[in-house]
Amino acid sequence: MKSCSLTCKWLAAIVLSALLGLSAWVTWDNWGRFVVTADAAPADTLPAQQALARGEYLAHIGGCIACHTNKGGAPLAGGRGIDTPFGAVFSSNLTPSQTHGLGTWTATDFQNALHWGRSRDGRLLLPVFPYNHTSVFTSQDVQSIFAWLQTVTPVDNEQPAHRLTWPLGTQPVIAVWRSLFFNPTPFKENANESAEWNRGAYLVQSAGHCAACHGQRNTLGSFPAVDDLSGGFLSPQMWLAPSLIDASQTTIANSTVNDTADLLRIGQSHSAHASGPMAEFVQHSGQYLTQADALAIARYLKSKSKADTPSSTSRSLHMATSSPAAQTLYQTHCASCHGKNGEGKPHAYPALAGNPAVVLTQPENLIQMALYGGYGPSTEGRPRPFGMPPYLFTLDNQQIADVLNHIRSQWGNQAPAVSPIQVDHVRAASY
Amino acid sequence: MKTPFSLLLASFLCLASLGSHASDIAERIKPCEACHGNQGRAGPDGYYPRLAGKPASYLYNQMENFSQGRRRYTMMRRMMEPLSPQYQHEIADYFASLQVPYLPPSVKTTAPSTAQMMRGKQLALQGDSSLNIPACNSCHGDKLMGNSANVPSLLGMPAAYLGAQLSAWSQGDRTTIAPDCMADIAKRLTADDAAAVTGWLSAQPIPQKTTAIKTARTDSHVRCGSAPELHGAMK
Repeated sequence: MKSCSLTCKWLAAIVLSALLGLSAWVTWDNWGRFVVTADAAPADTLPAQQALARGEYLAHIGGCIACHTNKGGAPLAGGRGIDTPFGAVFSSNLTPSQTHGLGTWTATDFQNALHWGRSRDGRLLLPVFPYNHTSVFTSQDVQSIFAWLQTVTPVDNEQPAHRLTWPLGTQPVIAVWRSLFFNPTPFKENANESAEWNRGAYLVQSAGHCAACHGQRNTLGSFPAVDDLSGGFLSPQMWLAPSLIDASQTTIANSTVNDTADLLRIGQSHSAHASGPMAEFVQHSGQYLTQADALAIARYLKSKSKADTPSSTSRSLHMATSSPAAQTLYQTHCASCHGKNGEGKPHAYPALAGNPAVVLTQPENLIQMALYGGYGPSTEGRPRPFGMPPYLFTLDNQQIADVLNHIRSQWGNQAPAVSPIQVDHVRAASY
Repeated sequence: MKTPFSLLLASFLCLASLGSHASDIAERIKPCEACHGNQGRAGPDGYYPRLAGKPASYLYNQMENFSQGRRRYTMMRRMMEPLSPQYQHEIADYFASLQVPYLPPSVKTTAPSTAQMMRGKQLALQGDSSLNIPACNSCHGDKLMGNSANVPSLLGMPAAYLGAQLSAWSQGDRTTIAPDCMADIAKRLTADDAAAVTGWLSAQPIPQKTTAIKTARTDSHVRCGSAPELHGAMK
C-alpha cells in the first residue's frame, strides 16, 4: 500500500482535529452546562393552590394534555403517535408514575426539560417536543405546571418506541441538530408595548407555540424562531398553516380582536371557522383560554398582521376560472348552505365570498374541506356545531378541482387555479 | 293547583324544545347523510350501514370507538373526533328515534350457492359448537333485529359491509370495550364461513313487526364489554 505523503498526513491531521473540535463543541454545547452548573429550581412565589390552578390552565392551553394523552387512553399517560416528515414519534408519560412517568423527577429536572430539552437522565429530548417554545416560559410557570402534573393520577404506561429511521433520533444526531437549530429564548418584554400586548406575545411564544405550525422550518425540520408567524406547511397531514403576518391570508387584520378571540375559544367567528389542525387546537387548548388571554393573543397577532405587497409568484400562476359545469356543481352541492352568492349563513356556514381561507395561494386546506367536510369542535360557545358533508366519494378529482376553481373565481374572489393532481395529493395523505 | 299547572307548563316547554331541537338536529346531521343516506336509512351505493332505528347506545358506542381509535376508519374518525360526548349522544338518540322504511335488499353480482346459503343459515340460527361459534341470534335477537340497548340488527345491510366488519374484527381494525366478544367470534370464522353467513344475512327480508327484544340471561359472566345486557350469552 502506498504510504501517505507529508501533505496528505497534514491534511488528514487537520480534518481529524477539525472533526474532533466540532464534536467537542457539539458535546459542550449540549451537555457542557450541566457539568458546570445545574439550574436550581427557583422557590415558587405563587401560593400552592394558585400554582396548581395555573399549572392546570397552562397544561390545557399549552397542549400538554392533548399531545401526552393517547386516544381513548388515560390523561397525560402518553403514547399518542405524532406523524412527522421523519417518522412517527410517541409522546411520553407525564403522570407521576414511579416507573414510566415523572414520579421520580424533581422540579429542577422538569425545568431542565422545558428550558433545555434535556431529560432527567441527561438524554436530549426529541425536538417534536417544542422546547424552543417551552424555553420561553417563566420559571414560575414551569414550576406551576410541574406542581399540577404531580397531582394527577399516576398511570404506569410505558412510552412506545419511536418509529424513526436510524440514525434519526439517536443522541449524536439530536445533539448536532440542536447545535444548529436550538437556542433557549427566555421571554423578553417589549417596554414600548402595553401589558396586554406583552401577555399576548408571551402566550403566543410559550404555551400557544403558534410558530410550531405557523412558522417556517427547513428540510431538516428546524425549529422556527418562537415569534416566526410567517406560515408553514404540515406535510404528512397536508394542511397549510397560513401566515399570520400577511394580512391577506387570515381575517386577523380586518376583524375585531373579539372576533379573533372567538375563533380561538369557540372555533368560529363572524368571518372565520377553524378547521383541520386549527380546530384540534381549539378543541384541546383554545377553548380553555380565558377571555382576557384570548383577547391579549388577538391584540398581539393583530399588531403583527400587515398588508403585504402582492407576491410576484402568485401573479405569474395560472388563475382559477369557472365553467358551466362547475357552476352546476356549485348549485347542486354547495349553494344550499354556502348561498347562491357564496354569502354563507350566519352562525352556521361560513361565507366563501371574500373569505381569505378560500383564496390562499396553496389550495390544500380548501381541498381537505371539499373531500372530508366535517364538523368544527364542540366548545362551550358552540356545543352543537353544524357540519359539512364529505365529497370524497361523491365527486372525482376533476369535479373537486372544478368546483373549487368556481369558488376561487367568483364574487370578487381571485386565486390561482386548483388542479386535479393537487386534489389527488390530498386524497392520498394520511390524516 | 300550583303544582299541576307548573307540571303542565313544564311538559309543554319540554315538548316545545324537543320540537325545535328535532328540526334543528335534522339540519345538523346533514354530513352523516352523505354516506348513510337520507335520514340514515342506508347509503346510496348500498355499502354504508343504516343508522335509523339502531339502538342509541350502540350508535353512541361506535361514535366513541371511532373517536378514541378502537374502530379505525379515517372518515368517521375525522367526523366524530371534534364532537363532545353530549352532542354525540344527541345525534345517536336522533338516529335511533327514526322509524323510516328499509331499502330493498342489496343486489349482489354473484348469488351464493345453495350450499353456502345452507351453511350461512346454520351459522346464523344454530351456530357451530364444534368451532365454538355461537348463533348470531343468540345475541342479535331471535329475528336478528338487535335489541333496544346495545346490540345492532344484522338485517338490511349489504354482504360487503357485513363482510368488511367481520374482517376488520378479526384484523383488529374494529374493536370495542373489552371483553370484545365479536372479535373472539370473528377470529374463529374462516373466510368461507364469513362469506356464507354474510351472504345469508344480507339476503333476508326485514320482518314486518320488529318489536325490540329483551335479552334476559341469568349467567353473570361478562362476555361482551359493549353490551352488558348480554351477560352470560354465548356459552
